Amino acid sequence: MRKEVPLIITFLAGAFFIADYFVPHTGFSHIAETINGWTIIVITFAYVLGVANVTRVNLDYIQRKGKDTPYKIILLICLLFMMTVGIVWGIAEGTIFDWFFINIYVPMQSMMFALLAFYIASAAFRAFRIRSTQAALLAITAVLVMIGRVPIGEAIWKDFSNFAEWIMNVPQLAGKRAILIGAALGAISTGLKVIVGLERTHLGAD
Amino acid sequence: MRTLSKTKIWSLVCILVLISLGLAIAQEPAPAQTQSTSDSRWFDDNRWNVFLTLVIIFFLIIYFIEKAKKGKNLFVRRIAGLDAIEEAVGRATEMGKPILYVPGIDDMNNIQTVASMIILGNVARTVAQYDTPLIVPIRLPFVLPVAEESVKQGYMAAGRPEAFQKDNIRFISDEQFAYAAGINGIMLRERPAANLFLGSFFAESLVLAETGFSTGAIQVAGTANIHQLPFFVVACDYTLIGEELFAASAYLSREPKLLGALKGSDYAKGIILAALILGAILISFNVEWFKDWFFVE
Repeated sequence: MRKEVPLIITFLAGAFFIADYFVPHTGFSHIAETINGWTIIVITFAYVLGVANVTRVNLDYIQRKGKDTPYKIILLICLLFMMTVGIVWGIAEGTIFDWFFINIYVPMQSMMFALLAFYIASAAFRAFRIRSTQAALLAITAVLVMIGRVPIGEAIWKDFSNFAEWIMNVPQLAGKRAILIGAALGAISTGLKVIVGLERTHLGAD
Repeated sequence: MRTLSKTKIWSLVCILVLISLGLAIAQEPAPAQTQSTSDSRWFDDNRWNVFLTLVIIFFLIIYFIEKAKKGKNLFVRRIAGLDAIEEAVGRATEMGKPILYVPGIDDMNNIQTVASMIILGNVARTVAQYDTPLIVPIRLPFVLPVAEESVKQGYMAAGRPEAFQKDNIRFISDEQFAYAAGINGIMLRERPAANLFLGSFFAESLVLAETGFSTGAIQVAGTANIHQLPFFVVACDYTLIGEELFAASAYLSREPKLLGALKGSDYAKGIILAALILGAILISFNVEWFKDWFFVE
């Protein structure tokens, strides 16, 4: 019973939403929209699970007095503080919640994003080390595309930018689309397996 | 027989619930704007092509599943990235360090996350046999109970339910870079010996993979988000490219029915390839109807 009920619900929901793609009937779409609304409500309630998990995991750590205890305490205080100010004074523009979000959270998020530049540099350095024929091809192509996209490229050869565009639009795009087609078929196959109950690893072994 | 009747009863209950809710909803007066644009058609004529393509793909998949059920041996090529998962688990066990499994940053409505949860169940089963901690950081709370259940079932399937540690399935934050920072913290503090990044990733992919690389962990990544693949290829030891992520479950479990489905989608790919070649030939001779047939409004 523990497996049958989820399997039946999955099948009904999956079949219904596949049908929704093909059925433009207003009544049918109305039902689909309502079910999507339910999904949003369920997802919202899942945040309670998230907060409970963060609290439980970090409180356990604090009780065990691990070496990162001070950080865990700060995390829980921040969580409680932001929740309280958000619930009491709201989250609209100009509120305390908004001030902390804009002045503390957004700069930290930007800092993490900015780190990408350094990571790209170190990753590119490793990628362009020529150790094999494929690596040589990759490095040469990358250099050609880079030169084609800066003014010096056109100074060397007036069609350099067109050549770089050709690399991007023909061989690169062909490879990308091949991966996309494979991935799309894999997604359809996985979806079908889950809907008809062939794939039930997530429900446990038979 | 008893299970079958229970299934039938529950199917009936589910159908009745859906129908009654549907009828109740349909009887509600629709808003004024929707009434003016109401549609009474039960099939969108512009989507016949998608419908037929889906029917062909479904037929192929079901045909090969039936073939596999009859005991037909189906060949699946070696996928190095998936073979490496067991190697990574073994290495982590030898070093006495945990394994980090990152299921991507998308919700359960993304099929990549579903595929990732399926792989997580298989990984948990392997990990349970080796008695190595498995850390699973989660970005979206809706994924949390699914991940908990997948890991728990993996441990149960391995016969070691007592080894399952609920606290290792950790909700970090639903903000993309806060989540990435949280995982980086786990990698730098707990030093996992193996990092598995399998699911849907975006701009945080390189941040995670490069940090993992700097810790010296063996890294296996897999995603169908093509813009992130180059980052994983550069920074990880093994990368599952696109469809390989979806093939993982069949490959790891070797279950005939799942291998059959894999074979079916391979044949569907063959048909698409033939259609592409035919389309290229026809368009070269200015025959456009074939190309137009694939157009979806």
